[in-house]
Amino acid sequence: MLAKRIIPCLDIDRGRVVKGIKFGDVQDAGDPVEVARRYDQQGADELVFLDITASAEARPILFQTVEQVAEQIYIPLTVGGGVRTCADVRALLSAGADKVSINTGAVENPDFVTEAGDRYGVQGIVVAIDAKRVSKKKENPRWEVFTHGGRKATGIDAVEWAVKMVQKGAGELLLTSMDRDGTKQGYDVEFLKAVTDAVPVPVVASGGVGTLEHLYEGFAKGGADAVLAASIFHQGTFTVAEAKQFLADKGVRVRI
Amino acid sequence: MTAIGVVDYGMGNLHSLGKALERVAPDQRIVVSYDPEELLKCDRLVLPGVGGVRACMNELKRLELNQMVTEAAGRVPLLGICLGMQVLLEWSDENNGVPALGLFPGKVVRFPDPPAAGIDGQRLKVPHMGWNRITQTRPHPIWAGVPDDSWFYFVHSYHAQPKYKKHTLGTADYVHTFAAAIARDNIVAFQCHPEKSQAVGMQVLANFANWSP
Repeated sequence: MLAKRIIPCLDIDRGRVVKGIKFGDVQDAGDPVEVARRYDQQGADELVFLDITASAEARPILFQTVEQVAEQIYIPLTVGGGVRTCADVRALLSAGADKVSINTGAVENPDFVTEAGDRYGVQGIVVAIDAKRVSKKKENPRWEVFTHGGRKATGIDAVEWAVKMVQKGAGELLLTSMDRDGTKQGYDVEFLKAVTDAVPVPVVASGGVGTLEHLYEGFAKGGADAVLAASIFHQGTFTVAEAKQFLADKGVRVRI
Repeated sequence: MTAIGVVDYGMGNLHSLGKALERVAPDQRIVVSYDPEELLKCDRLVLPGVGGVRACMNELKRLELNQMVTEAAGRVPLLGICLGMQVLLEWSDENNGVPALGLFPGKVVRFPDPPAAGIDGQRLKVPHMGWNRITQTRPHPIWAGVPDDSWFYFVHSYHAQPKYKKHTLGTADYVHTFAAAIARDNIVAFQCHPEKSQAVGMQVLANFANWSP
């Protein structure tokens, strides 16, 4: 049977791995090639590489960094940031990405997801959703989609958007809670569960991991197929191998 | 110097496959090409592929690579990977049905959608994406040094259904047991991505690079 995946995330800004808090306050976390190699050796199941300022600055992603990272690892690599055209998708796949993540580009043109999926296979098309809780206390929970690295509100309901993106051909969803990103308070499991209950494709949980228990909650309470984390791995709090052992001891099926 | 040809028809991640082959076969030339004549000169061939089967078959035909693959498959060792495995069968249900190369009797079908619940009662998703174990169903030189039930990386929504059981080399379990690797004569093919499967994947590629059927 399929194993649950543990995915370190490399947020890239101007060629360096960085770590932000709630999509702001960025700190340096190393050279992408060295960081990627380290996680590959620790037994990471995949890597995600996000050029976090590409959309906001309207420039193409750093292909050279993608190539250098892809050369160092023998696990799948998802790359995102400023992907808006089939030419962008093709260029990233050629540079060594196995999947491309589309975020702002999907909101601007939902049919782009269909076009990219038809051309390159839906399994290679990940739609990333950055969302913020907008409901007040005691209201039914509701989350809104943000684009441009969390800088622009869209007014779109995030759960409805997730369903629509799968209908448009997304092969996987990468869900980031902007409220939790960098806070180490754990995933927004209510948001995760709302989406994993609604869609038939794999869902990757992101935003807020501070402890190994949080990874477990992503699977057990959120229904995620994969969990993504950055700070706990970048800061050396835990290795990927330690995270996997913890999850295995809790009965989660992981690749060890 | 012997050469491993990688069939490049514009679909798929040839960068990492090329790098992986360079690593496991440092004494061989890696030729990534869409030129049938150049590929026919190679001592072994890899047919990779991601994407949709219709676009794949159209490109193979447009570049006159379909005949090249069929011809080469009768002479040199051939390794199919992912969609490159699926097109070796006669037919794929994907994209409303597409005839394929027909080097293996049988067809390619989709995992049930909406997916059935798994053995542990959890909801299964399509695509089948992530690490799963391959159970080796018969001996083959490609398995040398690869422990049975090793983890490999998969990402696919369709899977091969070879007509003859003897062609199945290994199986994986997702929704149901399916053929994860197939082989006959000098052809071997994997649904998973050896180039993305760390050490065991490198071992498979190394075995292919040294295989003399």
